Amino acid sequence: MLSEKIKESSLIKNIVLIGVGGQGTILVSKIISSALVTAGKDVKMSEIHGMAQRGGSVLTQIRYGENVHSPIISEGEADILVAFEKMEALRGSKYLRPQGTIVVNDYTIMPLPAATGRVSYPSSIVDSLREKYNTISIDAGEAAIQLGASRVMNVVLLGALVEGYNMTEFDWDRALVDNIKPQFLNLNISAFAKGRQLAAETIIQAAI
Amino acid sequence: MKKLMSGNEAIARGIYEASVQVASAYPGTPSTEILENLSHYPDTYSEWAPNEKVAAEVAFGAAVAGVRSVCIMKHVGVNVAADPIFTSSYLGVNAGFVIVSADDPGMHSSQNEQDNRHYARAAKLPMFEPADSQDCIDMMKEAYLISEEYDCPVFFRTTTRICHSKSLVSEGAKQEVPYKPYSRNAGKYVAVPAVAAARRPLIEERMQKLEEYSNHSTFNKIEFNDKKIGVISSGVAMQYAREVFPAGTSYLQLGFTYPLPKKLIRQFASEVETIYIVEELDPFLEEQIRAMDIKVVGKDKIPAMFELNPSILRHALSDEGFADAVIETAETKIQAVPRPPVLCPGCPHRGFFYAASKLENTVIAGDIGCYTLAASDPLLAMDTCICMGGGFTVAMGMAKAFEAAGITDKKVFGVMGDSTFFHSGITGAIEIIYNGGNVIPVVLDNRTTGMTGQQDNPGTGYSVTNDPAEKISIPAILQAIGFQEILKPNPLNLSAVEKALNLALESEVPTAIVWESPCRLIKREEFAPIQCAVDRDLCTSCRVCLDVGCPSIYFVEDQAYIDDTLCVGCTVCKQTCVFDAIKIKKMEE
Repeated sequence: MLSEKIKESSLIKNIVLIGVGGQGTILVSKIISSALVTAGKDVKMSEIHGMAQRGGSVLTQIRYGENVHSPIISEGEADILVAFEKMEALRGSKYLRPQGTIVVNDYTIMPLPAATGRVSYPSSIVDSLREKYNTISIDAGEAAIQLGASRVMNVVLLGALVEGYNMTEFDWDRALVDNIKPQFLNLNISAFAKGRQLAAETIIQAAI
Repeated sequence: MKKLMSGNEAIARGIYEASVQVASAYPGTPSTEILENLSHYPDTYSEWAPNEKVAAEVAFGAAVAGVRSVCIMKHVGVNVAADPIFTSSYLGVNAGFVIVSADDPGMHSSQNEQDNRHYARAAKLPMFEPADSQDCIDMMKEAYLISEEYDCPVFFRTTTRICHSKSLVSEGAKQEVPYKPYSRNAGKYVAVPAVAAARRPLIEERMQKLEEYSNHSTFNKIEFNDKKIGVISSGVAMQYAREVFPAGTSYLQLGFTYPLPKKLIRQFASEVETIYIVEELDPFLEEQIRAMDIKVVGKDKIPAMFELNPSILRHALSDEGFADAVIETAETKIQAVPRPPVLCPGCPHRGFFYAASKLENTVIAGDIGCYTLAASDPLLAMDTCICMGGGFTVAMGMAKAFEAAGITDKKVFGVMGDSTFFHSGITGAIEIIYNGGNVIPVVLDNRTTGMTGQQDNPGTGYSVTNDPAEKISIPAILQAIGFQEILKPNPLNLSAVEKALNLALESEVPTAIVWESPCRLIKREEFAPIQCAVDRDLCTSCRVCLDVGCPSIYFVEDQAYIDDTLCVGCTVCKQTCVFDAIKIKKMEE
């Protein structure tokens, strides 16, 4: 009885996105879910954004498979975590299953209590993540600046997710076209490709 | 093809498909996007009401006059609207009338997590509770049929997780609903005691008939499996139960939850060995089902507070025989530090509260809005916050208490935003004048309803559809009430604020402070393209600028920096720098 249940739930894939208000996590979650819907998956997506505009942390959860019930991913259930800011990776890591995969943006946004020196922003975050999880760390901020617009950092991370979690079977070109304004489309297509390339390089390096 | 829609988008779609013609709402998380989405559909009049009581009255009036109507609010808004809602239950409707209550279990963006299902029971109204976005559309259309057939308002109760989760839906066509002619019927719609008393038995009859409907409603359904374990649940809690309970579990899914389908529940109970009631917040289903003398497992195991999720449910039921379903997590050695929400860069509230925080012996009664963030570090400039419109009146009570206790050195301010002032602050201003309070009311007018995402209000000059509207003047209202002096400092000019605060304290006549300074997130506003930057040669790393609590300012290796991607050049930090080490520069594109 129970094993059937576990079999059913293992067919559901769980993705958690975490970032800081204003980083574009919601757009990325829209692109992902639109690709999943196009592919005929059952999809549920949940976000908490009441205070997001005020610089708080933003969490979005996406579940897909044949038949999804809960819109929420519980602690220890996520297959992959995409962290748009590296300390947020620590905050979100409790959602990951042991040995789950993290795509982490090696990028810092100081929370106010750390900026004022009341608490310290933790050091060696990426090393600490590596000890527990399969960690793909990329500098999406730098990549986005090289592409000419720091705001496409989010789509660089989307590319890294697609490569890192091997979601290449979905129609990402269409998902980008459907969700991005035409004048920014080319920039975002480049950002997506760059993210895939960076993640692929990181994965190869880790293998060596 | 199916579409991915949030619960709020789907509720708006359902309202549209049901041909609702008048919709009134006050913004409040998690309900806000319902009216925002609805306002984009053709043929429905949508409006932001000054408050939820107004929204409920407008919708009631529209239903009596013959068109389908809806009022939409967050859970605490129902407290404000409770007066017309309770009596509308006595009077009934002509065309359909639905009240949407969006509850916030877990208090993601609210001051409490009250369970509004109790309202349906207390006001004797039928209630629907959707479990996903498709339910939001389908139940909304059914709600109007019920409202019209049983002649009563219908309570539509949703929660944050339903409102803000997306799931797949099939859209339907817009229904053709003819106008229901109105004619005067004082014996039905004038709630004098005789009419209310005459209608009172009709409510009981109606509720009995609705219980029959409940037993046969397509939204209440039994799904029998092996009958060892049975789960009764409603709303999003049912989705969690389906994740956690073993395969073979039988379910009684309730979508129409008041009045309860007692026959259906008895049938389920008679065939299932052990019954679990899985519900978020209060034991609303459980107490009624226990009163039917049915043995259940419920709040003795499952927490009655905070938002539920599959993990909490799994832990709560860990000694019930499906214990091995508890999931492991790996923990990193180091932990994240908090990232609390803060006032945005350039927020006009910052300058005002920074200046106020420097005054000694002040008491600042606050209110609901972005400015409540001034209570936290480093501004620490707020004493209380309880509800919409409570700022002036709590201040009044405190001032009267200090007076009674012979304490004379306290300077009492009541503060609230523009939307809050229109919502329920005006009566507080009247209270201060009428009963002679030693209170200075301050309206923090940032030209928008900020915290919920920049919705228009009676002071902004625009409607929900972005059409020009009459712009109602807050100073003129205060003047009419009896405030003889109205000070209007620029809140981003610290010395001007300080001067205004002192003038108000020394004033011999009733004085109010109102500032007008737009929220930086309002799209139609234009701002000077400037930013601040630290002059490395002049900065002494004294850290005084950190006291303004701006997220653009940070220190690395004891050096101050201002983040170009965040700073919008409000200059409040610059005004605190005694070394003149913060300079203005042109904003880079």
